[in-house]
Amino acid sequence: MSRPEQIAPPEIFYNDSESRKYTTSTRVQHIQAQMTLRSLELLNLDPEKTHFILDVGCGSGLSGEILTEENQIWVGMDIAPSMLATALDREVEGDLFLSDMGCGVPFRAGTFDAAISISAIQWLCNADSTTSEPKVRLARFFSTLYAALKRGGKFVGQFYPANENQIIQITSAAKVAGFQCGVVVDDPESKKNKKHYLVLQAGHSDRPLNLGNMEVESTTPKKEKKMSKKMMRAMETKKEYIHRKKELMKRRGKTVAQDSKFTGRRRKPRF
Amino acid sequence: MKFLTTNFVKCAVKSCDASDLSFPLKYEECELQLQEHDFNPEFLISMLPRLNWDAVVQVAADLGNTSLPSTKPEGIENNEQLLKDLHSLLLETQIINGKMTCRHCGHIYYIKDSIANFLLPPHLANS
Ligand SMILES: C[S@@+](CC[C@H](N)C(=O)[O-])C[C@H]1O[C@@H](n2cnc3c(N)ncnc32)[C@H](O)[C@@H]1O
Ligand SMILES: [Zn+2]
Repeated sequence: MSRPEQIAPPEIFYNDSESRKYTTSTRVQHIQAQMTLRSLELLNLDPEKTHFILDVGCGSGLSGEILTEENQIWVGMDIAPSMLATALDREVEGDLFLSDMGCGVPFRAGTFDAAISISAIQWLCNADSTTSEPKVRLARFFSTLYAALKRGGKFVGQFYPANENQIIQITSAAKVAGFQCGVVVDDPESKKNKKHYLVLQAGHSDRPLNLGNMEVESTTPKKEKKMSKKMMRAMETKKEYIHRKKELMKRRGKTVAQDSKFTGRRRKPRF
Repeated sequence: MKFLTTNFVKCAVKSCDASDLSFPLKYEECELQLQEHDFNPEFLISMLPRLNWDAVVQVAADLGNTSLPSTKPEGIENNEQLLKDLHSLLLETQIINGKMTCRHCGHIYYIKDSIANFLLPPHLANS
């Protein structure tokens, strides 16, 4: 089975007939609903409250409908006009934006309590035309997403990485944007049911992501799990990165600045 | 698009990121519709601190409503009437068609059949 990402750009792949086929398939509806509910579980929002949520790559609203059922208010963005037209036909509750996540999330700072994305962000790793450099698009997406979330805001995105390298590309870009970042893998042993969730947090939250026995900064399950060196590096925090580089420099006989409690911290801009 | 969303959406052009003029957008030729929505006072109360009230007033004026108070209402928790008014303005007032212009770069975004088009032409994307 070939991946949609390899067939055509999203706005072409999801044409009228594909949008209809996708949205009316009970199998698809079921899977998308399950992954949305799982994302909400990872987000760990206060179940008593209604939140303002962004759905990135909202498509025809299968994920958004779950948000509505869960009493959330949402805004969806998607690049495929046919998918949004289908969403409109289904009279979804969310506001719909025809918009390319690779060009950024066009909302002012601190807008959303949380954001989700179901089966969409792997598209960012594709270079559909000569003008779309994945690295630039990933950077733009995560930096604007970070800004659009309120402090302590969280993002959970289920995605279909084509290979390990895409996981590294995505997590590195999220980290550079300032997120605490990890990847949760459900059903890792099953080729068919294995699911990847990118979990991000924008600063401290009183209700952090619900990752079970894991920590966001090193979403390596406590049980030993084999990870490539590259993968480990993609998972490390800025602080860990600095420490590793410093160690390396010391071993090479260079003098490095002493560690302090400020090492690897974000500094306030000075004017 | 709900009125609420006008208080958050800004110009998507990268070179407008740092400009105060890229928010709020200027709303013109808008066709409005009232769509019923469940009344949820807790949600309104949670959103109030993050509302930019000047932008609420400005966009309401763009849409022909100049009757809003010029400062953000306080103590809305116990004011049922105020909550109902805010509810109908923020959540039930929908822009069905219209155009939004960035005051910084002049780019025009259109709302058609309730869908806001924020796709950028190639020369504005990631520049
Ligand atoms: C498999 S569908 C999922 C839709 C919806 N989240 C759901 O759960 O049913 C993936 C969606 O991602 C959208 N997408 C792909 N690339 C995108 C981009 N650059 N910006 C916004 N949306 C994009 C596609 O148009 C498509 O609607
Ligand atoms: Zn602009």
